[in-house]
Amino acid sequence: MTTIVATSAPEAAVQQPGKLTLLLRYFNRNRGLAVGLIILIALVLFTVIGLMTVNPKHAYPLSVATKQPPSLKYPFGTDFFGRNLTAAMVVGMWQTAVIGVIAGGLGTLIGVVLGFTSAYFGGWVDSTIRTVCQILTPIPVLLIQVVVAGSLDKRDVTIITMALIVVMLAWMGPTLVIRAQVLTMKERQFVAVAKLSGVGDMSIIFKEILPNLLPFIAAAFVGQVFSAVFASFYLAVLGLGPLREPLLGNIIWAAQLQGAFFNGWWWWPIAPSVAMILILGSLALINMGLDELANPRVRRTE
Amino acid sequence: MGNLLEIRNVTKVYQRGLLSSHAKIALKEFSLTLKEDEPSIMTVAGESGSGKTTLAMLLLGFITPTTGEILYRGQNITSLRGPDRLAYRREVQAVFQDPFAVFNPFYTVDHLLTVPIKQFKLAKSGRDARNKMDEALTAVGLRPEDVLGRFPHQLSGGQRQRINVARALLLKPRLLIADEPVSMVDASLRANILESLKNLHRDHGVTIIYITHDLTTAYHVADTITVLYRGDVVEKGDVESVIRNPQHSYTQLLVDSIPWPNLDQKWGQHSIRSRETEPTA
Amino acid sequence: MNLATTEAAAGRRQSAATGSPVLRVEDLVVTYYTDLGRARALDNVSFTLEAGTKMGMVGESGSGKSTLALAMMRMIKPPGRIEGGHVWVGGTDLQSLDEEGMRKARLSKIAYIPQGAMNSLNPVMKIGAQMVDAIKSHLPGESRKAIDERCMWALKSVDLDPSVFQMFPHELSGGMKQRVCIAIGILLRPEVIIADEPTSALDVVTQRQVMETIDKVQDDINAAVILIGHDMGLMAQTMDRVAVMYAGRLVEVATVREMFTNPKHPYSQALISSLPTLDNKGEFKGIPGLAPSLLRLPSGCAFHPRCPHASDRSRKEKPKVNMLPGGQLVACHLYDQES
Repeated sequence: MTTIVATSAPEAAVQQPGKLTLLLRYFNRNRGLAVGLIILIALVLFTVIGLMTVNPKHAYPLSVATKQPPSLKYPFGTDFFGRNLTAAMVVGMWQTAVIGVIAGGLGTLIGVVLGFTSAYFGGWVDSTIRTVCQILTPIPVLLIQVVVAGSLDKRDVTIITMALIVVMLAWMGPTLVIRAQVLTMKERQFVAVAKLSGVGDMSIIFKEILPNLLPFIAAAFVGQVFSAVFASFYLAVLGLGPLREPLLGNIIWAAQLQGAFFNGWWWWPIAPSVAMILILGSLALINMGLDELANPRVRRTE
Repeated sequence: MGNLLEIRNVTKVYQRGLLSSHAKIALKEFSLTLKEDEPSIMTVAGESGSGKTTLAMLLLGFITPTTGEILYRGQNITSLRGPDRLAYRREVQAVFQDPFAVFNPFYTVDHLLTVPIKQFKLAKSGRDARNKMDEALTAVGLRPEDVLGRFPHQLSGGQRQRINVARALLLKPRLLIADEPVSMVDASLRANILESLKNLHRDHGVTIIYITHDLTTAYHVADTITVLYRGDVVEKGDVESVIRNPQHSYTQLLVDSIPWPNLDQKWGQHSIRSRETEPTA
Repeated sequence: MNLATTEAAAGRRQSAATGSPVLRVEDLVVTYYTDLGRARALDNVSFTLEAGTKMGMVGESGSGKSTLALAMMRMIKPPGRIEGGHVWVGGTDLQSLDEEGMRKARLSKIAYIPQGAMNSLNPVMKIGAQMVDAIKSHLPGESRKAIDERCMWALKSVDLDPSVFQMFPHELSGGMKQRVCIAIGILLRPEVIIADEPTSALDVVTQRQVMETIDKVQDDINAAVILIGHDMGLMAQTMDRVAVMYAGRLVEVATVREMFTNPKHPYSQALISSLPTLDNKGEFKGIPGLAPSLLRLPSGCAFHPRCPHASDRSRKEKPKVNMLPGGQLVACHLYDQES
């Protein structure tokens, strides 16, 4: 009986190209993700630099001269109420980001917790959660949001309440998606091997399954942020937002109320509209790009 | 000394739907006893649908029997708790068929070895753990520096399966369930892996239940054989007599269809009756 | 039925009579351009095959056997590229055909049954519909009656009941599905059939049944069959000739009797002696070392790091393919003088 001897030839290690090169090559294949990220980063820089340079008080009425067209002093012009639109844009974007991240984060967190619990433990827990999700999903979200926002006392509507109104009916999607993914993962053989290695249920969830779901969770998060930002936008445009704040949708609502276009103050609604298109566009591109990353079947080959 | 493993009249039935008239009997009244002081290598042979995978799942505690019980060292495995349960987990291990599926793609291949070391406290320090891993990997013919730190997709199927066997060597279980360990591995590597399993048995007294449909390798590795057909045991005995002189007609058909790599041992003395009417596995 | 009198069949019988090979592969080269470098997947592979002969192609994963099949079918996708060589099937060089010509040649001249084919049957289409699809894409003018006749003939050739025509894939067992794939492969009576691991997921009895089917089918249409696999036992039981591939190169081609009783290349020898038989119970002779990565092939002969007869020459010089007096092909320096 021969002994097993390892005698592989002394090969030079296969040269792996640097991580940066591989990353750039990936972005070249997944252009949507790259473009989306670039736009988002540009918007973030604008907001951050803006917050540092602009006086946020000027985003509120009666701060500066009214109805000024764009100029060097007021790059985005000013509006009917005496708000410096540059300041308004900066503060508005920041507030949109806050709503997006809080609502998006909360929605994703609920989705992850409920999705994992439901899938891993099965039985009546799973049935309950799943049924609740399935009952709530067909409810027309826009309608409920409008009703809730409309029935609140004007003073109670703040950034935080906006975020909560949005999350209220947004968490079912991520829950069901993550549940589906965990159900599949749970049957994979590496989970069985982990059990054989003495790993307990909680550790299996956090250490074995969760890391593999990070791309899905990231994609769900971006999707949630998108929905949150979009919802805050249309609620504000309808005049249901926190009216004092310079949320982008609010600016447009105010502009429309004052008949901005008819009066020749074209700069007033244009800036927030373009900003919103860029925000939603970049989020959508990132979402699609992450989808491709998370789902290898969709992944393009070279 | 008592019995290492005692399977008493275990039946496993799968119901389809709530109102079942479509019950599938995966395993029927299966019994087996393996003594603690007589380690052996036993083969369970059968085609897909014979119940061999069900048996593996039952022995590993992943599913429970519909009737009957499975005793590990005298205790029913479904009622084990606490330190007894940990001991059972530690002493009953498996090598699975698919070399890729057992690895968590998020981690390097080291994860497969480091996790059980940590959970079962097999090493006194990081250095000790590393030494044990190196020892196990070398014993299966791998160079630790070639495979550690790599991700599963960066290694070949043969390397991955050898790491699986290294894990078994590291753990030195009492009972090893090997479910088709070489069927997804190239012919040239099978000998290496089978030899490792045999060494595990010979040098460390591990009892191995080798589950397969490939009778050539079964003949080489096992002492005794049990042949399953659709959940029933059709023949059992020591592997020499069963293969050279099969009694049951199904075993005869099975043995006759073995593709021996020997031109003077052609298959085909028994014709295959039409198997069209048999339901899908 | 007029299928038996088609010119192709007549031509094939003639070629068998004169002994000219129906398949001739000459210096086929395939390279993969990956992020990590260039890999020579096929390195000047050449061999011939007569009609009515079955050749088994063995080798480890990564040796190039599946790549060879795909290259012959011109189904290599980027980042892989066919960079040279010819594939002559019954007088036509497949590499010289245009896209449309090659599409027609696939299935009608040369058929490929891929690995796991039985799992690639469309689950929502009846078997019959899938067979008709295959025929229609090659013979658009064929009448419904002729199409049906062809399908029935194919199903009968693989010992399946005609009722299978109306069934869905999930209603069939693994062995039956595999035979359906073979039936689809022979619908247009190709001259060459390539089957890639057709029985790897099947149990021994079903495997035997499928191999006996391939035998019968081959007798019916007198095709040349290439069976890609790594089960040497299966090769011994069913093949006429065996080809061994290593690291993208064809290292030995011999009749099955010779391969199993007197293999010439050191790799083939190691492979044969590692096989478990009824007589060598308990002996395990594995091949030490690992197959090389195609990205970093050893210099000279690719097998030299694991070869017990390695010499300075084999470390530096790639061996040519030698034709030995008995007709075998061996790519090894040990036989350089004999050719």
